[in-house]
Amino acid sequence: MRVALFITCVNDTLFPQTGKAVVTLLRRLGCEVEFPRAQTCCGQMHLNTGYPRESLRLARHFVDVFAGYDAVVTPSGSCTAMVREQYPRLAHNPHFAAARSGARRLVPTRAGREFAAAVDEVASRVYDLTEFLIDVLEVEDVGAYFPHRVTYHPTCHSLRGLRLGDRPLRLLRAVRGLELVELPGAEECCGFGGTFAVKNPAVSAAMGTDKVRNVLDTGAEVLCAADNSCLMHIGGTLRRQRSGVRVMHIAEILAQTEGRA
Amino acid sequence: MGGSGTSPARGRVVDLGMPEFPRGAARAVADSQLRFNLRKATHTIRGKRANVVAELPDWLELRAAGKAIKDHTLRNLDRYLIRLERAVTEAGGHVHWAADAAEANRIVTDLVKATGETSVVKVKSMATQEIGLNEALAEAGITAYETDLAELIVQLGDDRPSHILVPAIHRNRAEIREIFLDHMGEWGRPAPEGLTDEPRALAEAARLHLRERFLSTKVAISGANFMVAETGTLVVLESEGNGRMCLTLPETLISVVGIEKVVPTWRDLEVFLQLLPRSSTGERMNPYTSTWTGVTPGDGPREFHLVLLDNGRTDVLADEVGRQALRCIRCSACLNVCPVYERAGGHAYGSVYPGPIGAILTPQLRGMASPLDASLPYASSLCGACYDVCPVAIDIPTVLVHLRARAPHPPAERTLLRAASWVLARASRLAGVQRLASRLRRLIPRRAPGPLAAWTDTRDVPPVPKEPFRDWWDRTEGGAE
Ligand code: SF4
Repeated sequence: MRVALFITCVNDTLFPQTGKAVVTLLRRLGCEVEFPRAQTCCGQMHLNTGYPRESLRLARHFVDVFAGYDAVVTPSGSCTAMVREQYPRLAHNPHFAAARSGARRLVPTRAGREFAAAVDEVASRVYDLTEFLIDVLEVEDVGAYFPHRVTYHPTCHSLRGLRLGDRPLRLLRAVRGLELVELPGAEECCGFGGTFAVKNPAVSAAMGTDKVRNVLDTGAEVLCAADNSCLMHIGGTLRRQRSGVRVMHIAEILAQTEGRA
Repeated sequence: MGGSGTSPARGRVVDLGMPEFPRGAARAVADSQLRFNLRKATHTIRGKRANVVAELPDWLELRAAGKAIKDHTLRNLDRYLIRLERAVTEAGGHVHWAADAAEANRIVTDLVKATGETSVVKVKSMATQEIGLNEALAEAGITAYETDLAELIVQLGDDRPSHILVPAIHRNRAEIREIFLDHMGEWGRPAPEGLTDEPRALAEAARLHLRERFLSTKVAISGANFMVAETGTLVVLESEGNGRMCLTLPETLISVVGIEKVVPTWRDLEVFLQLLPRSSTGERMNPYTSTWTGVTPGDGPREFHLVLLDNGRTDVLADEVGRQALRCIRCSACLNVCPVYERAGGHAYGSVYPGPIGAILTPQLRGMASPLDASLPYASSLCGACYDVCPVAIDIPTVLVHLRARAPHPPAERTLLRAASWVLARASRLAGVQRLASRLRRLIPRRAPGPLAAWTDTRDVPPVPKEPFRDWWDRTEGGAE
């Protein structure tokens, strides 16, 4: 299977170890992994901050780069949700992109229709990593070994956007040596929310503090999630409090084996 | 810039003159008593709702039906409103149309004046708060007495409601006791001496205070949860029975209702009578459901007036994405699950509509000309909990994002995001920025100045790696050993 890795701009720039883990893991499971060099960003930050035109520009770029692969795998629930849910909405709404200029188009142009078709085509083959493992490769036990006490935070976009359900937990339960502890109030947002974290810092920090309290209550050594941006916020709060709890992307746990742990 | 972002406010939803959302919210976050009250109240009601919703195997079908009925009605709103008007008139009521808040207030004030009365009792109503009716009546020398227990607490405390369903959610028992002791006497029968903060004692004090009021007041003002077009029937759901007193005892009843509250038939109403109580109070059925159709000789009010309120609603209806906000049945489930509301409290939203629904409704009704209104679409982390619980499936996150595109943007932010999109349009540009960051990584401070301080005040910045992923891939050919 020809799999393209969409690393995401945040992971590419700040968390390369997550990308390396995804590559290791997918190769171990027999996938041929490619990294299309032209890839950049899905445009989620632009859309969610109120800049649909800039976002649309990045969506076009994404579709160009990732057309033609069997599967596009990404270690980010929110970027997956962006491509799968928001792209079609952007592409099929002829005047969403024109909203700021005030222009109204009721009938899409031919180029617009072609773009919408290309979006639908690509969006249907974009997967969050855990979803790809369970639904496409149909594995739960990925052969990992990680002898630590771990808790899992389901990020909002993986929980309520992608509806990943217990897929990540099934993968974690199959990891040898791993003790999985339940996170109280797991389904509550951590308070990251992209630019929300800087536009509403007081509320964001209060939400982060409550999340961190719940993490500490579990007594876990490691907090994992399927999205590094939320982990950046929770982890940053944990580090500021000098708590000693590590944050790791779930891919980094699943990539570890007995020899390498 | 076009769109409604800078156009003058259309509807006139009472503006509480609050600062923009982040500042009001920060004040609430710092108030630990308030945070405790809110957390306790919202989590309790959240749990109750989850339990009673889980009981119904067909909840999702009910929710889909509620959404479909509302959408159908809104698409044919003109037709159903005219049918409603005809039915109400045939049943002996009078229908008035109010384009905006000023017109509605004028109609109601004139109606009360015509009765010669100088006081009215009120059933809890969002629409009358939206238009600032109590203040308008006061200017005309008419005193409006709130009779819902929580609204009474708000009124006595000279306060603002902070929740749709539990307006005094920000108050605890001890605070309520103080408000009763200090202020009940100014409005009527004083609180008994030696009042404790036992819920039962507080309720009894309110009951005695209100009973006198009901028996002596001849005009009542209400809203309505639903209006059934086929028969011209208005419906109010409540928990205390005080609403029913107001709806039945006075001689004149005036109801001010938003035009989106109409449903075609009683069969449609049945769906909402299941959705609303479970979503709002977490009850299978609310204790009191009052319905009335025009006037009935010898029973209830002798005169009935219905004021149909637009106040910006038809403008909302014109927006394909935003119009779903008009499906709202004001259950407040979205408030009770919202992590932002839980910490920011209702007052930060600067409107009678707080929480997630307020964040999409207020800017649509009022426009986004004021800094507060422009900040409301951003009062959310887009976590989606509101959409999940909404009994009429309003996709609040999508509407928020839609409104953000029309909101006025700070120039510095616009420059920054445009620059970012330029960089991200080409991988080579992104790689250049990444390499620069890697080279300067040791210079990046743990606590940043300026706008970035919003991040670093409470969180560490993640360390920038020596090498971005793409350079690692190039150097090792994707880690090929
Ligand atoms: S938006 Fe939905 S959940 Fe919120 S108050 Fe309205 S109906 Fe209830």
